[in-house]
Amino acid sequence: MKTKLLMGNEAIALGAIRAGVNVVCGYPGTPSTEVLETIAKNRSNDIYVEWSVNEKVALEVAAGAAYTGARTLVTMKQVGLNVASDPLMSLAYIGVKGGMVVLVADDPGPISSQTEQDTRHFARYAHLPVFDPATPEEAYTMIGEAFALSEKYNTPVLFRPTTQVCHACASVETEDERYFNKIAGFIKDPKWVIFPRLSYQNHIKIDANEAKISQDFSVSPYNHISGQGTLGIVGCGVSFTYVTEALATSNTPVKVLKLATPHPFPDKLVLQFLQGLEQVLVVEELDPVVEENLLRLCGKLGLAIQILGKLTKDMPVAGKHSYEIVAAAISKFLGQEQTALSEQTELPPLPVRPPVLCAGCPHRASFYSVKQAMKKAGHKAVFTGDIGCYTLGNAQPLDMVDTCLCMGAGITIAQGLQLAEPDRKQIAFIGDSTFFHTGIPGIINAVYNENDITVIILDNSTTAMTGHQPHPGTGKTMMGNISEKISIENVLKGCGVTFVTKANPLNLAQAAETVTAAVNHKGVSVVIFESPCIAIVKPNAVQEIKETCIGCKKCIKEIGCPAMSAVDDKVTINPHLCYGCQLCGQICPVQAIGGLN
Amino acid sequence: MRIDCLLAGVGGQGTVLASKIIAQTAISKHCFARTSETIGMAQRGGCVVSHVRIGDKNCSPAIPQGMADLIIGFEPAEALRNIGFLKPSGQLLVNTRPIIPVTSSLGGISYQVADMIHYLQSTGQQVVFVDGQKLCAAASTTKVLNVIMLGVAIKQELIPFSREGVLQTISENLPAKFLELNKKALEIGYNFQQYL
Repeated sequence: MKTKLLMGNEAIALGAIRAGVNVVCGYPGTPSTEVLETIAKNRSNDIYVEWSVNEKVALEVAAGAAYTGARTLVTMKQVGLNVASDPLMSLAYIGVKGGMVVLVADDPGPISSQTEQDTRHFARYAHLPVFDPATPEEAYTMIGEAFALSEKYNTPVLFRPTTQVCHACASVETEDERYFNKIAGFIKDPKWVIFPRLSYQNHIKIDANEAKISQDFSVSPYNHISGQGTLGIVGCGVSFTYVTEALATSNTPVKVLKLATPHPFPDKLVLQFLQGLEQVLVVEELDPVVEENLLRLCGKLGLAIQILGKLTKDMPVAGKHSYEIVAAAISKFLGQEQTALSEQTELPPLPVRPPVLCAGCPHRASFYSVKQAMKKAGHKAVFTGDIGCYTLGNAQPLDMVDTCLCMGAGITIAQGLQLAEPDRKQIAFIGDSTFFHTGIPGIINAVYNENDITVIILDNSTTAMTGHQPHPGTGKTMMGNISEKISIENVLKGCGVTFVTKANPLNLAQAAETVTAAVNHKGVSVVIFESPCIAIVKPNAVQEIKETCIGCKKCIKEIGCPAMSAVDDKVTINPHLCYGCQLCGQICPVQAIGGLN
Repeated sequence: MRIDCLLAGVGGQGTVLASKIIAQTAISKHCFARTSETIGMAQRGGCVVSHVRIGDKNCSPAIPQGMADLIIGFEPAEALRNIGFLKPSGQLLVNTRPIIPVTSSLGGISYQVADMIHYLQSTGQQVVFVDGQKLCAAASTTKVLNVIMLGVAIKQELIPFSREGVLQTISENLPAKFLELNKKALEIGYNFQQYL
């Protein structure tokens, strides 16, 4: 046994290895990414790990392996589950042989996501059990429970940590001993083929199993009741830790239920908790899933207990929880006076630090060259964006993202805009990893339906935003092999795109010319801007402002590079941030920016 | 040992790594540790706040407002932004060198470093100011600001560790090729008064 500081995602990964996982698939997405990466880093030779091209593919690959008896783990963020929902819904009916855990990280806040969706709904919708860990140390052992439950009922199991569990660290005791799962192999059987008749029969089976799992969850060591009184508080996931901390300084008697298994709802345990209570406050992030279940139970059994939470506006309906939010709600619930914080004198004005593209990021040059080309041609183009670092191209002064919806939607939204406004130029931006994820069907659709759009592929040779994962275009795999790089250009040509050109965005004049030619082409045209992410290459010579600078600040106003600032009208370049991309030098009207040697 | 320590800085300054070194060193001394971060979407240049909570298994991952025993500010504006977390009796260690965001040059709120330092100084708590740039110059790289700040914190007894304890954490958890550099940085931080 060892005690180590582990991030929640690392604890889950090591817990999965301990539980004998054989196959791990996923697609990067904050806050889930480190789970798969940690398994890859710590795996023995009998564990297979891959970054799949998208979540649907990942889930299907894992399902195939699970049909043989392999223990499999699939990792993704909450919006990834939307992509994987087709196989997930059907797999709930078909079931698995080897334990299969689908890890879906939710992101209350949201901190780094498009939505604040709640995966616990998905569990109920798909009739799948779900675990909701409160801390990294709990998640380490809980993932093993999830595998065991999956095999007991031959069902995929959802495992739903949230950002404050995934990215928090804690002292975790890890065990060296590992369970070895022997893979029996695929046995042919009609049960693996989904048909209406089979689905009907399995629907009945699923319903019966849900009742049994509800009983199992009622005696789960991860759920427990403490305290006493007529007032009760339910804490779910990380919120349970805020409840515990808030109650540490309170003397009012209160009964607390820690609930880690929101579906199937452990009715029996919760009824035990409700006994003797008059009021209950439910503390859960995202949607009122547990709150609604309590209302259902009270309604079913005619219990006159008042249930407070999001539906009664006693808890916020959106955003992540904090100690302050939970402590205030509990004080109100218990009728206590809140201890006020000592008054602070007014702070001096603080500059904001909104998320911006890194200094030296090639996306800045790509956006700027397109902007300049359209300005020169007098086109009032619409710029559709996509998911990745380049969503940050929306910030001033670039202001080059007019729409952003979900993975791959930039290309298809542009098609819709073009149909309604045929005379307007539509330019879609998409990154290399997102192109492979869900960009390709949009390209085929545009070619097939003879749409007139221009697609700019921002190929920085990595999946940058989630921390630089490889993808099919890089040729690197998580098994340490180098496979044949899949050429985006060849894929496009194979999809029937006749106008495909490549350019280096950091050569501003050439890049703008390439864009102009592409936009003038009738039909689907694609420009692939090739320039690697600064995080995976060495910096060039740092740039500096020469004495010939006239102080016009055009460089700052046009591209907003975070390495540049103007103090008292004097422009300076921070040498620690500059990557020497030399974009600013190409904008300066008096050639007053050059390399430091 | 029961300590709540908050580290605030700008993405790229090594704030998160410093928080992990503190937590891991506490674990080596058989204390329970919990940390968490709030990081925006930016890869670099955004606000980064790390919470380190030592000695209480039942605490939540983030320090409540007004409860931090110590704030280590890697940058003056970020120290100030999080000053509400500090206990009335808490201590502050701040690098006075600003990182001016590009928004300040694009017509946003201008960066008034003198006002910020003045405010921090007048909070009435024990404040240690250091010139991070000067100290980094002694190490010939800005990459070790985080370890330098830890050296200062040890010297001023803001964290209950020895140089040896922190160095052991570094040698056990960070790449060996940076060990000598980190050792030098820790010494520069510990002897920061020589560089004033």
